[in-house]
Amino acid sequence: MSVATAQAQIFSVRNLNVWYGSQHALKDIELPIYKNEVTAIIGPSGCGKSTFIKTLNLMIQHVKRVRMSGELLYQERNLLDQGVDLVSLRKQVGMVFQKGNPFGKSIFENVAYGPRIHGMSKKKELEETVERALRDAFLWDEVKDRLHTSALGLSGGQQQRLCIARTIATRPEVLLMDEPTSALDPISTSKIEELAMQLKKDYTIVMVTHNMQQAARVSDRTAFFLMGELIEHDETGKIFSTPNDTRTENYVMGRFG
Amino acid sequence: MNSRQRDQLATLVFYSIAAGITALLFGLIGYMLYQGFPKLTLDFLTSPSSSFKAGGGIGSQLFNSFYILVLTMLFTIPLGLGGGIYMAEYARDNKLTSTIRTCIEVLASLPSIVIGMFGLLVFVNLTGWGYTMIGGALALTVFNLPVMVRVCEDALRSVPREQKEASLALGLTHWHSIKTVLLPAAFPGILTGAILASGRVFGEAASLLFTAGITTPTLDFGNWNPFDSVSPLNIFRPAETLAVHIWSVNTQGLIPDVRAVADGSAAVLILAVLVFNLLARWIGSLLHKKITAQA
Repeated sequence: MSVATAQAQIFSVRNLNVWYGSQHALKDIELPIYKNEVTAIIGPSGCGKSTFIKTLNLMIQHVKRVRMSGELLYQERNLLDQGVDLVSLRKQVGMVFQKGNPFGKSIFENVAYGPRIHGMSKKKELEETVERALRDAFLWDEVKDRLHTSALGLSGGQQQRLCIARTIATRPEVLLMDEPTSALDPISTSKIEELAMQLKKDYTIVMVTHNMQQAARVSDRTAFFLMGELIEHDETGKIFSTPNDTRTENYVMGRFG
Repeated sequence: MNSRQRDQLATLVFYSIAAGITALLFGLIGYMLYQGFPKLTLDFLTSPSSSFKAGGGIGSQLFNSFYILVLTMLFTIPLGLGGGIYMAEYARDNKLTSTIRTCIEVLASLPSIVIGMFGLLVFVNLTGWGYTMIGGALALTVFNLPVMVRVCEDALRSVPREQKEASLALGLTHWHSIKTVLLPAAFPGILTGAILASGRVFGEAASLLFTAGITTPTLDFGNWNPFDSVSPLNIFRPAETLAVHIWSVNTQGLIPDVRAVADGSAAVLILAVLVFNLLARWIGSLLHKKITAQA
């Protein structure tokens, strides 16, 4: 049985092209993203994987001289059409960045930030939301006694989990992670990986990674990008054991990249 | 000479330069305080200045200096912040923006006496106000605005990109992310700019000569109605500041104790700037700690 037909697509990318000025960064990408799965995006540096993940919440629009064409369907709606409400899109499609980037505020204020701007104002409700988000990010026990101290005093791994808590505090549908562990030590990395596997119950996760073991451990599906093209995408087991394309095979075997 | 000796020589050179500058500064300040300190009595600080007799004070001038500072900052900070936010966040990278930037730089280096003449034309003659406190404050705003815009722009630009990305990715509108993420993060830089601008206001004389004037009416410190002509709070009255007073007693003072009054005023000016700086920094750091939750 093919998983592909059984599950709902949350994103459906068709014929997507992205240019930075005259540089053709993504070429005719066709990729479905399934609900409640972890999709890993792998590929060597400069292959377009970060560009791709940034198109999913339209963060790419903040890059100068960027152009896009094709279809980027999120829940049946083409995000490349005019008049997409970025505020509500990003409430539904959250993003965690390469390096933990907490605001210079208290731990509590960092997590309460998203819910607050999306209209939550009752203290009780905020406190519950913050606690739940921190628990979901496996951070609650480490910070519960110092919620009102600066988030910048946390370790790198804690900061990254705080950023995940901050993102899931707004209850998004999708969580985009752009190399979330590349700046972390192995222990913090394994915590984030475990977290990603837990979170897919409630969220759809798209994770860019340059670490193939990570993709193999964490993801359900893997897409391999090379020089702006999507070479192959399939269930992770298949990509890592019997890929269709020799370039994929060479990359996952560590022969280049 | 090998590279180790060269390194030592360089260290020595930089240490001597630093020591020289420090000695010069301390010498200057020390001399002024030494000369001025004996004059610093409560009576000197609070009594009005005299035109002919010895023993006049600087009460009104000191008050004027602070009042004009507050007024100037009231105009400069919001306008400077607004300009800085525009330049850092909204201005597109085009000809117009670079023209604006050049104008700001030229304005920032405009001699203050030229600003005084401009103020005389616009805030004194064109408005028909004559020499007024408000005219002086507006001239000082013109004087300070370019620097303030520049400082605010730099402070906002130096906030890490990641912070802005994080806020946008959480679904904030542009304005909301400026308000709740960029401005708090840029606060220390903006505060420094505001303090520097205040110092300039305090010490500025040339641009005030022709705008706020070199006289002060007899003030009734019991009358706090801002519309009354003898009220200290009236903004439509001439207002000689401390820095202007130092200049005017030295150049055209008829009092026998010119030297003593000038020395005392100079010491007060330095101390006032110092106290103001320390106070502003202290309050600023309290505020910043509160925003950032740093203990």
